[in-house]
Amino acid sequence: MEQAPNRRRVLECMGWAGTGLVWTMAGGVASSAMLDTAQAATRAKTKPFTFLQVSDSHIGFTKDPNPDARATFREAVAKIKAMPVKPDFIIHTGDITQLSKDQEFDDADQIIKEAGLTVFHVPGEHDMLDEGNGKAYLDRYGKATGAQGDGWYSFDHDGVHFVGLINVKQLKAGGMGHFGDDQLAWLKKDLAGKSASTPIVVFTHVPMWVVYQQWGWGTDDAQAALAMLARFGSVTVLNGHIHQVLQKTEGHVAFHTARSTAFPQPAPGSAPSPGPMKVPAGELRDTLGVRTVTYAPGTETLAVVDAKLA
Amino acid sequence: MLFRNPIRCAPSAAVAALAAVTLGAAAPAPSVIKIDNFTFNAAETTVPVGTTVTWVNNDDIPHTVVATDKSFKSKVLDTDEKFSFTFTKAGTFDYFCSIHPHMTGKVVVR
Repeated sequence: MEQAPNRRRVLECMGWAGTGLVWTMAGGVASSAMLDTAQAATRAKTKPFTFLQVSDSHIGFTKDPNPDARATFREAVAKIKAMPVKPDFIIHTGDITQLSKDQEFDDADQIIKEAGLTVFHVPGEHDMLDEGNGKAYLDRYGKATGAQGDGWYSFDHDGVHFVGLINVKQLKAGGMGHFGDDQLAWLKKDLAGKSASTPIVVFTHVPMWVVYQQWGWGTDDAQAALAMLARFGSVTVLNGHIHQVLQKTEGHVAFHTARSTAFPQPAPGSAPSPGPMKVPAGELRDTLGVRTVTYAPGTETLAVVDAKLA
Repeated sequence: MLFRNPIRCAPSAAVAALAAVTLGAAAPAPSVIKIDNFTFNAAETTVPVGTTVTWVNNDDIPHTVVATDKSFKSKVLDTDEKFSFTFTKAGTFDYFCSIHPHMTGKVVVR
């Protein structure tokens, strides 16, 4: 939702006209700053940008309510291609495939390639089902990002620090998602040199807050990671896994779960199991979607917009 | 599998007993555990030594059956796929689905 700056705000800004004002308007968040402030100096190095999140494409899924997860993933990519403003890149938050088969990974890559954008992946539990317990995923996606350990990595984009974490390996009986000590040690080092004003985006498959423990919808050792992120002024956590949009804010941390491009799952605890939710064919695309995230320098909160496939 | 002709291998009492098991005369009835709605339908199953337990996945989502002590581990089981394991030792065997670790179960072998 674009929100125009109100009249008073515009007048305030006009009052500064000619004295070196930077005015940005992005993602519905308007802000202004004097050029001679430190903030503006920081801003001069960065600019608003948009990236996308897709999730849970489950290529290979052929059952009720979606006989062809490839087709709906193609529709999602077509929607991305048709966007008026070209996003900088795509993040795929896992469950790329249904069963980690080479053909499924190949097809997913072919389909998303059509968007013509760089794609950053993290795996879901469905991408760990090869004989090598995740080796197929790592061989395919690990090198491009200089991934460490089981595949975690980070990168910087226009002043924002992005961290891709893996919480679908080393799972323990009775537990939920899990990062493991090696990854947490890496995260500590990765964040060590960053100033508290650096906006952070963490993306991982399973939610980092306990959405519903009985279904394993959470990450056992997420608190350790969140403790390391607590000193940052802007943290956005993006994930998939539960095939529905849920949001939560805790201090400076905003959590967002995304829709799938394959099938919906029930609201927490609303069904006997978290299995695919059966919906009539005509309503399937209302439950699937693509997410746009916009960062505007100087604002704490990233603008997150979820668009349905319908 | 191993003893095509157990008598020729070593005609001892131990082998004779093993042959009896192989022939199935003393083998306990097989046991089946269904996976439905992200649940092992028998959270705890008690079976005699020598029982073959078979897990069947009735869900639309793949699951696995993995012993926490790693004594057995299935491949990924898609819808209607099965995994069998024969318990030759007494003891308690905890297992879980390594994809959905909140799914747990136990086989007690006596």
